[in-house]
This record gives sequence, C-alpha cells and structure tokens, in this order.
Amino acid sequence: MGKTIMTVDDSASVRQMVSFTLKGAGYEVVEAVDGKDALSKLGGSPVQMIITDLNMPNLDGIGLIKEVRTNASYKFVPIIMLTTESQDSKKQEGKSAGATGWIVKPFKPDQLLAVVKKVLG
Amino acid sequence: MNGSELDKGKEAFKEEANELLTELETSLLELEERPADEDIIGRVFRAMHTIKGSGAMFGFNEVAAFTHDVETVFDEVRNGKISVTRELVDLTLAARDHIRALIESSETGEAVDEARANEITASLRKLLPDIGSHEDTTSGNTDTIERAVEERSQNSGNITYRVRFKPHADIFGNGTNPILLLNEIRTLGECEIIAHFSDLPLLNDIESDSCYTWWDIILTTGHGKEAINDVFIFVDDVCDIDIKSIDIGAVLEGEADYKKLGEILIERGDVTKEDLRKLLGEQKRLGELIVDAGLAKPDEVQAALAEQKHVRQVREKRQKTESASSIRVPSEKLDTLVNLVGELVTVQARLSQTAIQKDDPEIILISEEVERLTGELRDDTMSIRMLPIGSTFSKFKRLVRDLSNDLGREVVMLTDGAETELDKTVIEKLNDPLVHIIRNSIDHGIESPEDREKLGKPRHGTVHLSALHSGANVLIRIADDGKGLIADKIRDKAVHNGLISSDADLTDKEVFSLIFAPGFSTAEKVTSVSGRGVGMDVVKKNIDALRGTVDIDSTPGQGTTITLKLPLTLAIIDGLLVKTGDENFVLPLASVEECIELTKEDVVRSHGRRIINVRDEIIPYIKLRDIFMIYSDTIDIEQIVITEQEGCRVGFVVDYVVGEHQTVIKSLGSVYKNVDGLSGATILGDGTVALILDIQKLVHFVEKEEAEV
Repeated sequence: MGKTIMTVDDSASVRQMVSFTLKGAGYEVVEAVDGKDALSKLGGSPVQMIITDLNMPNLDGIGLIKEVRTNASYKFVPIIMLTTESQDSKKQEGKSAGATGWIVKPFKPDQLLAVVKKVLG
Repeated sequence: MNGSELDKGKEAFKEEANELLTELETSLLELEERPADEDIIGRVFRAMHTIKGSGAMFGFNEVAAFTHDVETVFDEVRNGKISVTRELVDLTLAARDHIRALIESSETGEAVDEARANEITASLRKLLPDIGSHEDTTSGNTDTIERAVEERSQNSGNITYRVRFKPHADIFGNGTNPILLLNEIRTLGECEIIAHFSDLPLLNDIESDSCYTWWDIILTTGHGKEAINDVFIFVDDVCDIDIKSIDIGAVLEGEADYKKLGEILIERGDVTKEDLRKLLGEQKRLGELIVDAGLAKPDEVQAALAEQKHVRQVREKRQKTESASSIRVPSEKLDTLVNLVGELVTVQARLSQTAIQKDDPEIILISEEVERLTGELRDDTMSIRMLPIGSTFSKFKRLVRDLSNDLGREVVMLTDGAETELDKTVIEKLNDPLVHIIRNSIDHGIESPEDREKLGKPRHGTVHLSALHSGANVLIRIADDGKGLIADKIRDKAVHNGLISSDADLTDKEVFSLIFAPGFSTAEKVTSVSGRGVGMDVVKKNIDALRGTVDIDSTPGQGTTITLKLPLTLAIIDGLLVKTGDENFVLPLASVEECIELTKEDVVRSHGRRIINVRDEIIPYIKLRDIFMIYSDTIDIEQIVITEQEGCRVGFVVDYVVGEHQTVIKSLGSVYKNVDGLSGATILGDGTVALILDIQKLVHFVEKEEAEV
C-alpha cells in the first residue's frame, strides 16, 4: 500500500490540485478543510506526511503544526507548509513550530512531487 | 576571449548548431509519429536549450532570443501543459528553418525574413496556456539566456565539492530525515559519504530523539553549488552546512594525483601544520601517526582518505575520457591524405617489381614489409573517409513529409541500414539522384489515399529506403508500394518519343529501364515536382559518374523497387590487369566473373561470329585488339575475361591476363575526358600507364557501331 499524505487547505481547488497530483504519483490522500478537521482525521488511519496551508479558519497552519508535534506518534512526521512569497515571517514561524519544509505558491505539480520525495523519500 | 578565439568559437557554434538542428528535425519528425514520447520531447528541448545557451555565449543574440520563445513552448510540452499537435510540429519545423536562416545570415549578411519570425513567434505564443505571463517572458529574456549560459558553463565541467553536513541534535524535531537528504545528494553525481560517530555519547547519556551523527560528503557533480544548497534548503537553520569546491573540473592538471593526506587535514582545520611537521620524522603511515598521536579522530582521517581516493578516481576518469575524444578535420586534408596514399601504393608497386627483378632477398623482405604497411595504411585511410549514410536518410524524411503534404498523399518513410558506411564523396553525390527517385516514387508511384482505399491498400503509402553492403559495393534500395510501372504504357511512350522502334523486342525489365533514358516522361501532367522528363536520366548519369549501376524492378499494382549499386570508394579499386599487344588495361574486378581461353579452333567453330559457348551459354565477346586498333602479331591462345554487367554477360578478348592489381584511379586529362569506354587510368609499378575500361560504355559503344554497319 502506498504512503498516505494529508492535505489541509480551506480552498477546495488547492486541495483538489494537490490531491490529484499526489494520487497520480501513487500516494493515498486524506483531505482536511482546516486544522481542526485535520487533527480529528489524524486519529483515524495513520498518515505519513502532512501538507498544510497556513491561513485557515478554525485552526491555522501554525497551530496545526504545533498540535501535531505534541502528539507522540506524529512527532517526526514530515510537515510541509504552503506559503506565498509575502509570508516570509510566517515561514519562519512555521519552521520554529516544527515544519519540515515549505512550498511557495503558486507551484507546479512537479515541484510538489519533488518536495514530497525530498522529505518522504 | 580575444577576437580570433571568438571567431573560432563562432565557427564551432555554427557547426554544433547545424548538427543540433539536424537532430532537432529528426526528433520532431519522430515526435510527430509518437507525440507522447517524453524521451523525444526531452531531446527537442535539449537541442533548443543548447542552441540558445551557446548562441548567447558567442554573440548570436537573435538566435538565442528567438530560440528562447520556442524553448518556452517546449518547456510547457515537457511539463505536460501543451500536447504535441501537428500544428506545433509544423511551427517548430518552421522555427528550426528560421534558426538556420539566422545563423546563415550572420555569415552572408543577408537579411532574414523578420515578418516570418514574428509570425512564428506569435503563433507559438498562442499555444502557451498562460497568457498572463507573456510580458514576463519577453522582459525576462536576457535574464533567462544569461542563466542558460551560466548553467551551461557549470555543466561543462564536473566540479568536486566537499560538503560537511552537521545536523543539530534536534533536527528530527521538525520531521526531517537526514538519510533522505544524503540519498538526494547521491542523485546529483558520483559521491562518497563518510559518517562520523565521534560525537556519540555513552549509552546512558543518549537521548533517542537527538541526532549525534554527522557526515562528510565528497561529491563530483555538474549541477553546481546551488543544487547542493537546494538539497539542504529546508534544514539550513537546524544544521551546519559547509560546501567547498576542492577540484575544479575545467583545469586539468598533468597528473591524476591529489593532495596528500596531511594537506587535506590541515586545510580542513582538523590538524595543524606544526603538529604534522613534528610527526613527519617518524616512519609510520601518516594516517596512523595522526590517530596514534590523538591529533585527529580515526573517522576524520578515514574521511580525508576517502576524499583523496575519490578525487583521484574522478581525475583519472576525466583523463581517460579526454584522451578518447575525437577531433574534427577539414575534409580537404583527408582528400590530400587519400591522394598521398594513392601515390604511395603506386610507388610500392614499383618497389615490389624492382625487388623481384633484382632478386635480392633483403630488398624483397623490405618490399614485402612496405607492401603490408601500405595495405593497412590504405584501408585505414579509406575507413576515415567512410560516413554512415544515415545522415542523408534523415534529410529525406523531411523531403517525404513536405512532398506528401504538397501532393496530398499520405506517405510513411521507413529506413534500414542507416549505419551502412560509404565514402564521403559518394554520399554527397548521391543526394540528388535519391531526391529524384523519391520524388518520382511519391508523385508517380504512390496513389492518393482515396484511390488506395478503393484498391484495398492501407491509406498511407510506404517508401522504404534501405542500404546494405554487398562485397565491394553498397546497395541502396528505394521501394514503394504504389501502383508500379506498366510496361505497355512505357513502351508506347518510348515508341512515341522515338526512343525505340515499334517492333523492338524487349523484356519487361528492359522496358522499365527506358524510364532512365533522356527525354522520357510518362506523367500525364507535369507537376511541380516531377514529370519534366529530366529527373530519371539525371539519376542514371549521376550514378554512372560514381561508377555505380541502376536497376529497376516493378510489379503492377504492388510497387516499384529501384536499386542503386555503388562502389565503396572512388579512389582505389581492385582491378584485373590484362595485356593486349604492348598495351595494359585494367578491368574492374567487381564485374569480372571468370577467365577462359579462346583458341583458334573456338573461333573457327563459331564461324567467325564473335560468340563463345561457355557451359551451354552463348556469350558474345569483344576483342580489345579491334576496338583499340592494336596491330601487333596475334597469338594462338587468347584469353577471354567474362564480365557481368546489368544482368548480361560479355567477354573481352585479351592476350594475357596479368593478375589482380590495386588500382589507384587517376582521372584522364581534359583531352581524353570524353573518350567513351574509358573511366580513367592508373600507373603501374614499372611506370607505364594502364587504361581502366568502362565495361558498360564499351559494350554500348560496340552495340552502336554494329547497329550502324
């Protein structure tokens, strides 16, 4: 069975694009609409990687990362955040919260897959 | 780079660009057949990328700028954003032609068709999915080119880097797996990774969440330092990264050696110079000494040794590849070389003859040695001039494509034996005849798609171009699966044009060969490509000039096959040396079948008609004595050399058959150039001249004379 990646984003179109790309490359994908949704879904089937947006309602990306890192079974899971270029400070914040890496929006499917490969192997 | 170097660079670029453009054309045509093949798309992209990159480097800015637009489109194709369509291939082919025109115009100074260029660019841009980014592409043009150049210069040589990767203890905390980073580094090039465990604490003190290991990586890569930095882009604040280039690929030092172990350790700051100097008095191996003295940890020494080994290997490999590379030589130099070898063969023949006459064993020994060496030298020199015929074939792919478009035919061209080698001169002279034949095949042979369907054939016709070796000859076959030749129609036309008399008794094959006669054309109407009645006789003339033959075969409704038989080389042939009276003649050995005796009785038995019965086959013969008017005394037993040409056998009567002779062909001077029946002359070992007979022309000459009588 392929590795499972969770994509967390409030924008349906971004989720769709990420999901489509990853499924095309043979990964299983779990979608979550915001941080809160993500946390609840993490309790279900195990997830090997998380790709999350930063600006989201309910629980934002930074919050999600912090929460995930407190969970023993997700302490070392790679987390990639989606940022825009103007969010340099956010990037720093995310990193100190425990994000593994980031992708700058807008990105191409190839770039996404390259990053996934980089952190997930 | 000074002026003349720049010029040289420009020349090199033009040559390179021409090759790339040819490659581009081939790839595009293949791409049309297999539009989804990523490999081909990659090739197209690479070709354009290189043209752009090197173009900018040598000041072909227009080329670079124009190519950039095309490349942009193919970048999208490569990314799967645009799919390959016929329109795209058409445009890219047009763009390719324009690039060639741009490069040529820099030489001739002729103006290029700017309007056409803009048209192509505009059409290409329409294909781009994201219209918003256009402004960007134009303004960012020079930028991209510069980057391309930079990338290229980085790629031109592999550089070896030493990367020290020391993750902080908390690196796992953000989900990073250092092993994956090392794996990624491995994909960049040849690399050696040494793990250091010296920071590992005692078991009691180990925290399972912390990273204690660090690595030294020796990497040889053409991707540049940026690529290495990119690997560690996510971790730059949770580890220490130190990248140093330790071996620059471009400068090749005389030896494959690399720094001594001590130097490496000092440079890395692992050991100081003074410590090292103190140690050097002792006789142990340096690595052991350093460890023993506790100056550096064993794994540090190990890492330094690995670096030394790695760099040495890289350098050795580079030396090997550099020495195996090829050089370009102007073809005139080769021509001169072939001429010289020709002279040498002649002189060697003289030496052999003199040696035998003097009967001095020592000189004979030397002359035999020279003979062997000359033979090797001749073969080698000839093989240098040999080129695979494939380059010509790929040109025809384009021709077939354009022609079938113009004529509304659907034609697929297949090629075989592209690796068959032929003398460069032969290949060059073969171009025009092949163009004519292929044009004829498509215009006269292949039916329109609708007609083909009615006949139950596949819609698209096939032109099969193949080349193969056959003895000292190369056979080139052009076969189509069109309607074939209709013998009666050709005969009527030939009679009408006065080429043959209406009661001539000809086999189908003889009738077919009439299409090569001057002034023959059967096409009902003249099209732009064929039907003027000049094509096929030009073919025949050109092939004759190459000492080749043309053979035609056809089945009505199934297609026509034209076979060209060409000698491997033009400069030296194997000949049969014969003597009549005091004159020497050479017959091309390739067409000689056998030699038999002709006695006076034989002549009497055939009542003076010049024919002889050879194993129940009646063979006509020609007396060289008569043709060349040699009036010396005849001898009792003459020899007949039986030759085969165009499927018919003819004998040549001579006084003596001397034997095989390596014949260096010298052209006859302008006075004798137009004498029928002679294709050249050669100089024999004793300095006398022997004429080389053109068997086919000689036979025609005699036929004509007899017809007049």
